[in-house]
Amino acid sequence: MIDILIPLLVLAAVGIFCAVLLTLAARFFSVEENETEAALRACLPGANCGACGFSGCDGYAKALANGEAEKTNLCIPGGDRTAGELAAILGKEAEDVVELVAYVACGGTCDASGRKYDYRGKPSCVAAASAFRGDRFCTFACLGYGDCTRVCPNGAISIEGGIARINPKKCVGCGLCSKTCPQHIIHLVKDTTRVVVKCSNKDKGAEVRRICKSGCIGCGKCERSCPSGAIFVKDNLAEIDYSKCTSCGLCAEVCPVHCLEEGSFLCGSRFLPE
Amino acid sequence: MTLKSLILILMSGVLVNNYVLQRFLGICPFLGVSKKFQQASGMGIAVTFVMLCATAVTWPIQTYLLERFNLGYLQTIVFILVIAALVQFVELVLKKVLPSLHRSLGVYLPLITTNCAVLGVTINNITDGYNFLESMVSSLGVGLGFLLAMVLFAGVRSKIDNTAPPKCLQGLPVTLIAASIVSLSFYGFASVVENLLK
Repeated sequence: MIDILIPLLVLAAVGIFCAVLLTLAARFFSVEENETEAALRACLPGANCGACGFSGCDGYAKALANGEAEKTNLCIPGGDRTAGELAAILGKEAEDVVELVAYVACGGTCDASGRKYDYRGKPSCVAAASAFRGDRFCTFACLGYGDCTRVCPNGAISIEGGIARINPKKCVGCGLCSKTCPQHIIHLVKDTTRVVVKCSNKDKGAEVRRICKSGCIGCGKCERSCPSGAIFVKDNLAEIDYSKCTSCGLCAEVCPVHCLEEGSFLCGSRFLPE
Repeated sequence: MTLKSLILILMSGVLVNNYVLQRFLGICPFLGVSKKFQQASGMGIAVTFVMLCATAVTWPIQTYLLERFNLGYLQTIVFILVIAALVQFVELVLKKVLPSLHRSLGVYLPLITTNCAVLGVTINNITDGYNFLESMVSSLGVGLGFLLAMVLFAGVRSKIDNTAPPKCLQGLPVTLIAASIVSLSFYGFASVVENLLK
């Protein structure tokens, strides 16, 4: 009899001890869920893109509720509407959100530039880029296997003419595509921007000309034509200082290879087919 | 017991008797959470942490409670009970005391509650006849070995993601083949540790 009782008692004692310990722990170490935090979280779009600089929407809501984050205008996908709602909950004045849009800094469509070998691996830009730096003649070019289209939460990116094209009407500026692209050629700009450089090739002009019809050859015509000194050629590639750019569009007119594109991101006219 | 024997125990836990790759314990998190490097390292650190806590609790229980009443045969069930309760307790405490650590390890802790690698290391410490200090060092070694296996395999899997295997092998089959090759490579360590400190 005693042979059964002792193990039973020992096991029961261990079990009861654990139960009491957990019950006490649940009581004394309980953490209250913040109501403001839940309300703030409900306003955020839930894309968990991290554009606000916090670890997803939960992180941003928590930081706002705890007062660690002051600004309510950090959520770029949510835009002005979300900023207004967040500010209303916190009793602050809404600030304007600087909305961003992404663009692909490559104009090397099938017509403009070719492929140096026949890639038959997994249809993914990361995989293609690991084999001889991609199958394009231009090592800076968009590979067009659509890693960005798959990561885009809003379906704003499509592959047209062999390269990625971003529809600015659908783009919310979360920057996920920019982080995914193995060529690092997707950039975010303010949605008030009117002119972008659609090339990333930093090779010498003659070399660029040989492999791509629409690549920047670094001729400097744009630099000379710009009335406000906002555009300059650096490392054989045109670069725009957006703090000076007045969006006059003169550079786009003089560019001999048409790698500078002018238009309005907001109305999407710059991407309309020619 | 010298420093030498402690180092020997540590290194054999990391390399020779790697729990995942040589003893095939804890395969579930090894295959489940090794997709991304960050998750894999988080899981590895959480397992190491829990192994140390579990050994610190189960070794005294075995020595001062079970062996005293001649209840060695209750080892498995008591250890499961204690480890499960311990992990829950640690999670509650971390949530309150160290929220930042809880955020990084929190999601993995419930997964470890019934991890056989944790149970395995506590039971093996007893069967190998280690004293308390040796047990703790052994747990640390095994935990680090788990972390190493997770991190290595996360790297291997990131390479697999960029390949196009035949359709019949896609997904889990190719992952298991890769795991077996990684495991084979660890046989190379078989006689390294014995000669390490000669």
